[in-house]
Amino acid sequence: MPRYLLTRAWHSALTLVLATIVVFLGIRALPGDPALSLAGEDRSPEALAAIRAEYGLDQPMIVQFGRYVERALHGDFGTSIRTGLPVSDMIRTALPVTIELSALAILIATVLGVGAGVVAAVRRGRPAEWVANGLALIGLSVPHFWLGLLAILYLSVATGLFPASGFVPFTEDPIGNLHHIILPAVILGTGLAAIIMRQTRSAMLDSLSADYVRTAKAKGLSPRAVIGRHALRNSLIVVVTIVGLQLGGLISGAVVTESIFGLPGFGKMTIDAVFQRDYPVIQAVILLTATAYIVINFLVDLLYSVIDPRIRVAGEAA
Amino acid sequence: MILEVADLTVSFVTESGDVSAVDGVNLDLDAGEIVGVVGESGCGKSVTAMSLAGLLPRSARVSGSVRLRGTELIGAREPELRRVRGKEIAYIFQEPMTSLNPVLTVGRQIGEVLQEHERLSRKQVRQRAVELLSLVGIPSPANRVDNYPHQLSGGMRQRVMIAMAVACNPTVLVADEPTTALDVTAQAGILDVLRNLRDRLGTSVLIITHDLGVIADIADRVVVMYAGRVVEQAPVVELFAHPHHHYTDGLLKASPTPGRHAGTDRLQEIPGLVPVLTRQPDACTFADRCPAADQKCRGSAPPLTASSGSQAHLAACWHPTRQEAKR
Repeated sequence: MPRYLLTRAWHSALTLVLATIVVFLGIRALPGDPALSLAGEDRSPEALAAIRAEYGLDQPMIVQFGRYVERALHGDFGTSIRTGLPVSDMIRTALPVTIELSALAILIATVLGVGAGVVAAVRRGRPAEWVANGLALIGLSVPHFWLGLLAILYLSVATGLFPASGFVPFTEDPIGNLHHIILPAVILGTGLAAIIMRQTRSAMLDSLSADYVRTAKAKGLSPRAVIGRHALRNSLIVVVTIVGLQLGGLISGAVVTESIFGLPGFGKMTIDAVFQRDYPVIQAVILLTATAYIVINFLVDLLYSVIDPRIRVAGEAA
Repeated sequence: MILEVADLTVSFVTESGDVSAVDGVNLDLDAGEIVGVVGESGCGKSVTAMSLAGLLPRSARVSGSVRLRGTELIGAREPELRRVRGKEIAYIFQEPMTSLNPVLTVGRQIGEVLQEHERLSRKQVRQRAVELLSLVGIPSPANRVDNYPHQLSGGMRQRVMIAMAVACNPTVLVADEPTTALDVTAQAGILDVLRNLRDRLGTSVLIITHDLGVIADIADRVVVMYAGRVVEQAPVVELFAHPHHHYTDGLLKASPTPGRHAGTDRLQEIPGLVPVLTRQPDACTFADRCPAADQKCRGSAPPLTASSGSQAHLAACWHPTRQEAKR
């Protein structure tokens, strides 16, 4: 087990270093001189040279990279051109909103998706499966933004059940916080729920026809134990993979959902930064997203080995 | 009689129409008896075994009677069947690789049966699991109990399957091809374990196989099946010495036996294939492959009757073989 963990951790670290390099070079490969855009009106050679010296742009690439990494490690991503605030502060306020939104969306999607997938597999060829399949089709084909607008129209504006926009931090008012975030989380989770449902259904159909399920039945176990302990546990590996892979999609979905519901999250910050060419912010956002991806993949690998003991052995043999 | 199967008939509803799998099978199992059911793939032996405790899929249509100590099981409700499964009738399946759940420890999988059918504390369950592993001859069972199936060899896995099956001291143990996936040494070990269980616990064993060697080794009585019907039934020694049905005769000639084939280069095969039947004809289903078949065989199905000599030796054939002439 520790060996498997170490290998995974090492791979993750390596990927993170590569991601950092790519982000750094990517920003520098963009057309245009950052000094020019920073200089504003005063574009005299002296002013530009001063700016280059201030930001270290006159140094060799490798030195610049070293500084960039050093600062990033200290949580210093520079200052936003748009707001004049330190990027790290902006992230610190925006990130918890997005993490809460995504975590809640994943939770909702997993519960709904796995539940509906199991029902669809167990009740194969009966009305329950048709209902589950139909809902999944709707969840997959209806875009978030439209669903979000509908929800605002009918659940917020018309009936006033949920606030249409805005946000209250969890620490200030937990109930108000949930009230604000539950609707966007459901909207964000629908697509993922549909994907999880379809994958769970097909994985369950496979494991329900497996020999060990027949063994479990022959032991006289209750349907609940046969389905839950034997069939579902073996299907979960697929579900975990899907959730892991879909998290990227969830981040982009969060961007749209946050914009619609006016949540002051990471996604909204990103959109604003892109519109304003706020490079320090964009750079930090990309790096953080990449880091999140790598960390999530690492966690997914860890989960695999918890679910399926055979993976521990495979990792140790490698 | 512990288990009485009478006129058991099973067909499957498929997209291309019904397929008949088992046709009017009669089978008895006495306390502490080991009965072997032998036949080619597709002869209905596994379907017969699965139908005993209602383990067939929903597409199966089952009729007839299966009585366990006088209690009818065909048409019994699911909760009732669940009490029977694992506790009264326990199963051992062919593939020890796939028949055990890969993500649960063997101790857990054995413990499940105990928890389901008997009131035991966690500690007792674990202790009993270790005892069972040692009963089926697994070395250092206290360590093995926490192993996952992939950490064990094929023979060990099959022993785990047996430990799981006998956990609640079942009345009937149904072993469906228990040795097919194993090498010869492991095979002998498994058969020893089964014999041992019968001797120590008095379990009745129904062993399903296509391997006549296994039958000769372990069974007291043999039932030969062909295309869903029982074609011959006899005490093991009697059957091997004097097969009455031409199919049994063909099976014996197709298996290598030291001495018997001395001088001939080839084993004799039975020509043709087992038919897939959409419905059972009123004829001998073996007629198309039988050397002795005539109009009578194709016109009406022979009943399973006691032949001359022994009441225990039954065969469904219009023209039983004359062993003296053949040998």
